[in-house]
Amino acid sequence: MSLSGEVEVTLGTFDQRLHLDVADGEVVAVLGPNGSGKTTLLRALAGLQPLSGGRIVLDGVVLDDPVANVLIPPEHRACGMVFQDYLLFPHLTAVANVAFGPRNRGVAKGEATRQAVEWLDRVGLADKALAKPRQLSGGEAQRVALARAMATDPRLLLLDEPMAALDAGLRGSLRHQLRHLLRSFGGSCVMVTHDPLDAAAIADRLVIIEAGRLVQQGTLEEVTTRPRTGYVAKLMGLNLIRGRAYGTGLILDGGTILETVGPSIGEMLAVIAPRDIALYLAPPGGSPRNTWSTRVAEVHLMGDRARVLLGDPIPVTAEITAVAMAELGLTDGAPVWASVKATQIDVYPAD
Amino acid sequence: MATVTVAFLAVPLIGLLTKASWSTLWSDLTNPVAVDALKLSLICSAWATGLSLVFGVPLAWVLARTEFPGRNLVRAMTILPMVLPPVVGGVALLLAFGRDGILGRPLYDWFGVQFTFSTAGAVLAETFVAMPFLIITVEAALRSLDGRFEDAAANLGAGRWTTFRRVSLPMIAPSLVAGTALTWARALGEFGATITFAGDIQGRTQTLPLAVYLALQENEHVAVALSLALLAVSIVVLVSLRGRWLGAIRP
Repeated sequence: MSLSGEVEVTLGTFDQRLHLDVADGEVVAVLGPNGSGKTTLLRALAGLQPLSGGRIVLDGVVLDDPVANVLIPPEHRACGMVFQDYLLFPHLTAVANVAFGPRNRGVAKGEATRQAVEWLDRVGLADKALAKPRQLSGGEAQRVALARAMATDPRLLLLDEPMAALDAGLRGSLRHQLRHLLRSFGGSCVMVTHDPLDAAAIADRLVIIEAGRLVQQGTLEEVTTRPRTGYVAKLMGLNLIRGRAYGTGLILDGGTILETVGPSIGEMLAVIAPRDIALYLAPPGGSPRNTWSTRVAEVHLMGDRARVLLGDPIPVTAEITAVAMAELGLTDGAPVWASVKATQIDVYPAD
Repeated sequence: MATVTVAFLAVPLIGLLTKASWSTLWSDLTNPVAVDALKLSLICSAWATGLSLVFGVPLAWVLARTEFPGRNLVRAMTILPMVLPPVVGGVALLLAFGRDGILGRPLYDWFGVQFTFSTAGAVLAETFVAMPFLIITVEAALRSLDGRFEDAAANLGAGRWTTFRRVSLPMIAPSLVAGTALTWARALGEFGATITFAGDIQGRTQTLPLAVYLALQENEHVAVALSLALLAVSIVVLVSLRGRWLGAIRP
């Protein structure tokens, strides 16, 4: 176990309490809505935000433990960070930015520059060594920031939204590069993101935090198939329903009952993929066990697909083809029949 | 209204230029009194600027980056000399550093240091009046500097001093230059505090503005010539800062 963090931070009305362990060579992606405390978590690990409780241990060294009165300042932690917006020093060249860390750790100027050039070469930017940050593109700045963070030979690497400032077109190839670079890094890595695609492409494990609490963690597959909160389900593009199961029936909050494959009992979560919900203008016949009448709340067109948000009694999103939407003539407020097969509702315990 | 204002500001300058006796300008500027005053002004203002940098920049950093009780009081005190009539500043300095002053007496008794009627006194007076310009310029620049750059430096192993020297200071360099120029210009023009505290001795405490004032009563064209020299300096300072101020006015 490389990083072991029991992170407790109180900032005004915001309060964070979560446990995070990261193994050597593991990349953990932290996802969460705005204000959930993702950056606060990184700042606490980097020592830029002292803990109010708990304990952070990296490679057996206690970095922060308010009870024992231990607090290693940021400049003495073996921890590299890629900040949001990268924060390259604007008055220094790319190579001087990268050499900044080694210089502070006592490496002589010539040697630090040599190491920095090597790092820039590793991220494919040897020819930009003498460029100032304002002359770099977003993708180049990201890689210089990465080289700068890794040049200090950290045991813990923290990435704060490394992709957020990049054009959508660039993201694919940079994701690939970042993944490649992180594979060669032996320490622990924590990457904050709000994009599940970045998390899926780069990280080994996903950790989801909401309002300063860890709500779910696991591999991408675990998180995708068994979301535990509405935020996670929405992130993965799924409908999440909470209810109480009796045998094969799932009783929802409003009293509506969904037929599932079951049998199960107790507080349950159920996931329905939007494309498994079918829409009709008249009550459908045939096999679907769950059929209900509702109204269209909102329609979003996404390419050749349309996402139709339905109103009460079961506020879920259905995904149909744009052609089907045109044929059904669906607009906001239109009455519609929805149906879903019992076999397409995945039910699992809520706790 | 605007025309009147412009005229009000411009006419005195035009007066200065038209009244100048251009033919004797060089001899006026090179007479011993003027040369002494010029030399002394350059020396004193350079010292005052240097002292302001050495003592003002750390205070600006403390005001911008740390929290402590009474910080606003300290800030008010550092800015006070800007709004205080310089003569009052001179009197205050006299009471503190004069030979009978709170600090002046022990300094004189123990070390034989005397500020009044000495060049050191003129430097002290100029520093007192000019340093606030440096402090508020640098503090404002440090405040507007994104503190996360300092976090990044700390993350890269830089202690406070290295962070300040290698990151904060270079990043606020334009403001530092502007503040230094302002401070120097203010020190160069200092009159009230200097004459009150340090006196008016040629070659020792008689800086340019004092020489101008004295010359005006005996030898008007010398006063005008020295004023022109000071005006030229002011214009040079203004032009060198145009990127900051004149530029800032443009939309």
